[in-house]
Amino acid sequence: MERILAILVKDRSGVLTRVSGLFSRRGYNIQNIAVGRTVEPGVSRMTVTVDADPLTVEQIVKQLNKLIDVLKVSDLTDEPAVERELILVKVKAEPGRRSEIQQMADTFRAKIIDLSPDSMIIELTGSEQKLQAFLTMMQEFGIKEIACTGKISLLRGSKVTCDMKI
Amino acid sequence: MRLTGAQMVLACLEAENVEVIFGFPGGAVLTLYDEIYKKGFKHILARHEQGAAHAADGYARASGKPGVVIATSGPGATNIVTGIATAYMDSVPLIAITGQVATPLIGSDAFQEADITGITLPITKNNYLVKDINELPFILKEAFHVANTGRKGPVLIDLPKDLQAQEGEFYYPETVEISSYKPVYEGHAGQIAKAADAIKKARRPLLYAGGGVISSGAHEELLQLSKMMSIPATLTMNGLGGVPYDYEYFLGMPGMHGTYAANNAINESDLLIAVGVRFDDRVTGKLEDFAPRAEIIHIDIDPAEIGKNISVQIPIVGDCKLVLKELLRRLQPVEKTNAKKWCANVLEWKTSKPLHYSQEPGDYLKPQFVIEEFYRLTEGNAIVATDVGQHQMWAVQYYRSQKPRTLISSGGLGTMGFGLPAAIGAQVAFPEKQVICFAGDGSFQMNSQELATAVHYNIPVKIAIINNKYLGMVRQWQELFYGSRYAHTSLDGSPDFVKLAEAYGAKGLRVAKAEETAATIKKALEIPGPVVIDFQVDPEENVLPMVPPGTSIVEMIGGE
Ligand SMILES: Cc1ncc(C[n+]2csc(CCOP(=O)(O)OP(=O)(O)O)c2C)c(N)n1
Ligand SMILES: [Mg+2]
Repeated sequence: MERILAILVKDRSGVLTRVSGLFSRRGYNIQNIAVGRTVEPGVSRMTVTVDADPLTVEQIVKQLNKLIDVLKVSDLTDEPAVERELILVKVKAEPGRRSEIQQMADTFRAKIIDLSPDSMIIELTGSEQKLQAFLTMMQEFGIKEIACTGKISLLRGSKVTCDMKI
Repeated sequence: MRLTGAQMVLACLEAENVEVIFGFPGGAVLTLYDEIYKKGFKHILARHEQGAAHAADGYARASGKPGVVIATSGPGATNIVTGIATAYMDSVPLIAITGQVATPLIGSDAFQEADITGITLPITKNNYLVKDINELPFILKEAFHVANTGRKGPVLIDLPKDLQAQEGEFYYPETVEISSYKPVYEGHAGQIAKAADAIKKARRPLLYAGGGVISSGAHEELLQLSKMMSIPATLTMNGLGGVPYDYEYFLGMPGMHGTYAANNAINESDLLIAVGVRFDDRVTGKLEDFAPRAEIIHIDIDPAEIGKNISVQIPIVGDCKLVLKELLRRLQPVEKTNAKKWCANVLEWKTSKPLHYSQEPGDYLKPQFVIEEFYRLTEGNAIVATDVGQHQMWAVQYYRSQKPRTLISSGGLGTMGFGLPAAIGAQVAFPEKQVICFAGDGSFQMNSQELATAVHYNIPVKIAIINNKYLGMVRQWQELFYGSRYAHTSLDGSPDFVKLAEAYGAKGLRVAKAEETAATIKKALEIPGPVVIDFQVDPEENVLPMVPPGTSIVEMIGGE
């Protein structure tokens, strides 16, 4: 089953290796990883998606907690949370098909952010399903390249995953 | 106070009451060694960095204090990797300080550069590459703190050459506060109460204790619990000495080369009280069949050990000593009539199916006999270090450890070549005690260069090579599971160990007959310096009983 973990880490060199290394050497497969800043200076947030059963996830969380540079680990899977991914898609866009693509992008509320004589780059944010659906539509035009941030997630409402008073 | 990086390291070692460094110099630690020289800090020069690391480990296991090892960058650092992994697997507090190429050169594949923090990432509790001299005192403080608290383990500090000479402000922090590292020592009261209830109700309780008992110093509490509630006890190899071997209710080791009584008791028990253990596969055999009738209480300081290999009903995260103390407080000694029959059964297994071998006159010298003779002649008072293999199993089966920290052996990693350097480390910690190393003829050759260390510092370890002319443990598996095809396990071509010892300036003795054993051991024990005794034992003796890998622990070969 897919689980989403939010991991707060000290922003030290090597911390990404520590975390990802732990996953690989204990045989857990990372599907997705996104790393970025938090409001707290010196603290980064990693959002990791793994495919594992609940017992394995419990063990992963415990092992992560043993890393000195890991400040907090939360399993967001069963919490009410919003999940988003951002994707940039470069599609073939011959002049004759541009308006078609534009229409499609509008339907998905995607933005066209770059245009060249024979291609365009479209930016889209959303859930994994939405991105997948969009990519399927774009295939028809010919996808040249994509870049994807990986999934990030926050709890709904005023509750916070990670209390910053750490 | 302004100090250089090298001076800071030594000031820190002093502040941490470190009495000895084990190490080996090189280009990237020259400045550090210069400071060791100027300070006259006690330093034991090994002949190989691996030896230095194992010696620091042996020192730590014997004394309970963190061991310190220093190596240079590149090959020096990679040479201690096995030593670090060995300490990591057995949760031994070790501080490894490595030199690194100068800061501006890092990442350029400079001469003798190796990414040692990268390499040791999965085998250290934490590691640090020092980048700013002003951080060094905090890193040193944190390193000792992390290594020696919670579940103990090795910590590595990689110190670039330029920083060793650079000056910074030195202030050694008294305490350390790491928000993300707060080991839990006190067990949860509710869980302890549950455990106490389970113990009161149990009809067939069994204690299964390990290294956590030794490292937290919980041996007295363990024995008290066993006595007070009439609970028989089995100890893993790293837990030996947790209760005296001769204690009536001690059943021997569990697992692959455990006793019939211990394995059977696990199988029949209705309450397994697991203390400072990790349900290692060498103990559990086939996991699904382990302790099938038991409810399990698991006490451990590392939350990640709980439920890792086996699901338990009453987990208690905390320090073994504190938790056992609290547990004892909640129990009254009761006439446990319901447990009487259980104890009688268990003791019957113990007496009817003990470990056994036979030493017939005129027969090959038996390795078990050699160990027993050592036990008898040292009156069980020696610190024993071992290598890895058959001799290791015989050593722990027949040198009946009575006290904690008197058996030093690589359990988790099973590192051949550990014995001699670890014995040296233990002897450095306890110069007055008798230290015996039971070595394999194969294992000994992995670090025999440390004989020079023993001779040079007159470290009077007695090395008993159980010479079966084979990589015996592997040969045993080949015999039992690979149709006796002895692929590359003969050690033909090994040196004459007596001559080798003499070449190093140690005393060398040889024993090939049972009748000569006692006299030679006595002689060796009286020699004030290091001695090697080459015991030429039965080449095809097997370690029994044995649970074939992957089967239930009650399916023992030679359990009768
Ligand atoms: C460094 C290392 N390499 C290989 C092994 C695998 N191994 C385990 S026991 C053993 C045989 C050890 O031979 P010896 O030291 O002569 O001991 P014996 O079993 O004969 O008593 C080997 C090769 C190991 N444990 N450690
Ligand atoms: Mg051998």
